Amino acid sequence: MPVLFRPASRLTKHVLLIVFGLFMLYPLLWMVSSSIKPEGLIFREPGLVPHDVTGANYSGGWHALKHSFGYYLWNSAVITVLAVVGNLVACSLAAYAFARLEFPLKKLWFTVMLLSIMLPHHVTVVPQYIMFSKIGWINTIWPIVVPKFLATDAFFIFLMVQFIRTLPRELDEAAAIDGAGHWRTFVQVILPLCVPALATTAIFTFIWTWNDFFTQNLYLTNSDNLTAPVALRQFLDASSDSSWGPMFAMSIISLGPIFGFFLAGQKYLVRGMATTGFK
Amino acid sequence: MTLRPAEAGPAAGTAEPPAAPPARRRARRPRRRKSSRARSQAWAGYLFLAPWFIGLFAITLGPMIATLYLSFNDYSMLTPPHWIGLDNYHRMFTADDRFIHSLRVTTVYVAVSVPLQLAFALGLAMALDKGLRGLPIYRSVFYLPSLLGGSVAIAILWRKIFGTDGIVNTFLGWFGYHGEGWVTSPDTALWTLIILHVWTFGAPMVIFLAGLRQIPRELYEAARVDGAGRWRQFRSITLPLLTPIIFFNAVLELIKSFQSFTQAFVVSGGNGGPVDSTLFYTLYLYIKGFKNYEMGYAAAMAWVLLLIIGALTAVNFLMSRFWVFYGDEK
Repeated sequence: MPVLFRPASRLTKHVLLIVFGLFMLYPLLWMVSSSIKPEGLIFREPGLVPHDVTGANYSGGWHALKHSFGYYLWNSAVITVLAVVGNLVACSLAAYAFARLEFPLKKLWFTVMLLSIMLPHHVTVVPQYIMFSKIGWINTIWPIVVPKFLATDAFFIFLMVQFIRTLPRELDEAAAIDGAGHWRTFVQVILPLCVPALATTAIFTFIWTWNDFFTQNLYLTNSDNLTAPVALRQFLDASSDSSWGPMFAMSIISLGPIFGFFLAGQKYLVRGMATTGFK
Repeated sequence: MTLRPAEAGPAAGTAEPPAAPPARRRARRPRRRKSSRARSQAWAGYLFLAPWFIGLFAITLGPMIATLYLSFNDYSMLTPPHWIGLDNYHRMFTADDRFIHSLRVTTVYVAVSVPLQLAFALGLAMALDKGLRGLPIYRSVFYLPSLLGGSVAIAILWRKIFGTDGIVNTFLGWFGYHGEGWVTSPDTALWTLIILHVWTFGAPMVIFLAGLRQIPRELYEAARVDGAGRWRQFRSITLPLLTPIIFFNAVLELIKSFQSFTQAFVVSGGNGGPVDSTLFYTLYLYIKGFKNYEMGYAAAMAWVLLLIIGALTAVNFLMSRFWVFYGDEK
């Protein structure tokens, strides 16, 4: 009997999972379909297949604010790319020290690093804001980018420490016998083997920085400096209830890079989540 | 440099000083060499950590202490800080109804959305386990919302879906229900944010999936031989062996959800409305610090937030003794 029932129950399971998956994705799909529907049809049609396709929302939204939306996307891209570079450099340096070198008070600093992962950003943001405004960094990208070059995203240090610890020590020792110092061992031996951890770091940093609203909204207030999320928010504030079409269109464009990175880097995302999750 | 196995240990491993060897003369040379190596490593260690140290003191620890100092002051950035002792804290708990209200809103949000989210995550992880065909596709579909959920774009979408003429009301309209907008009604606005949080169950789900894979198959086989049904297997094998990961996810999501900001900010139009029903703690902190420029008060709120999160985490850890099962315990 069980043999007979199995394919059927497996099929039921697939059907249930697909229905649930569609339910989960429905808001996103609806937003995509709404963005190509003519204005006014959006809310009369909860269906996903548009009867009438138009690009008007995209061209309208693109030019709705002071600058074209591409301008804000570029601002986001600059910050995001610098943040990725900063995290890769600074976090891998710190991770190498914690994973491979012995130095006084190492345990203490390692604990401090772990604790700093848990520290809410709000506990430091007020003095940071005061400090950055005193040195004239408001409305520049530096308050967002410079901390990344100082390894303040300790989560990624931890991720890389975990990864480096799995690499055999014999590699370091062989490099030492060949006369390589710590720097060369790090650059030529450890880093090339860390590519998966570096990829995970790069993808997460990209997505988190691209999505980040709090910091960018705080430091970038001049209408020439806005990033895509902040611009979207201003769009929402400035527009009446009738211009949802263009706003959806720009929302989708702003989610595009995240979706792209997600598709390209799924393997690293899932692996990164899974290996740092516990152990 | 050739090392005998006995010496290779400490040199490659921890910095513990080697036990004093009985034969001094023989030990002297390797020891000296090791100490110079140790010194070079110490230098290198601190050099590699230099950016992190600067960040730690300038961006993290320094500001953290400055926050504590500011919390005892009246400060608006225009005039120098003015010491007022514990007044900010006192005012918070005795004279600021909005503060108490924001605590209540955040507590409801965390207490409802985190368990729900984890339940979905665990349920779906269990459904996806065991070599299901198409698993990577399902996993991606369920994981995707957790990457997008924090964005302004999704918050805008949510505001529209649950708006007065949003699709949720269109749907309900087919069944004869004609209500007001879910985000514009003070009774329901918070629930739309809770749904948004639950929607992002993919991240803990992926962690659960990895955890499920660590459970040895033989345990299930043995249980089946003993005649244990599915429910029994879940209760007696899966759940206990998964408790460390449930615990980890719970701590992580608790900390994260307590700091939720963007969704409430965008959905409410930046003020925590309607009628403060989505006034998250961090949103109120932001309003106090960066809209009203009551920075001393915001700093005090930040420290209270730290204490709350610290206390919750500590309670979590203490309670974990009673329900988290680590394999190496007997």
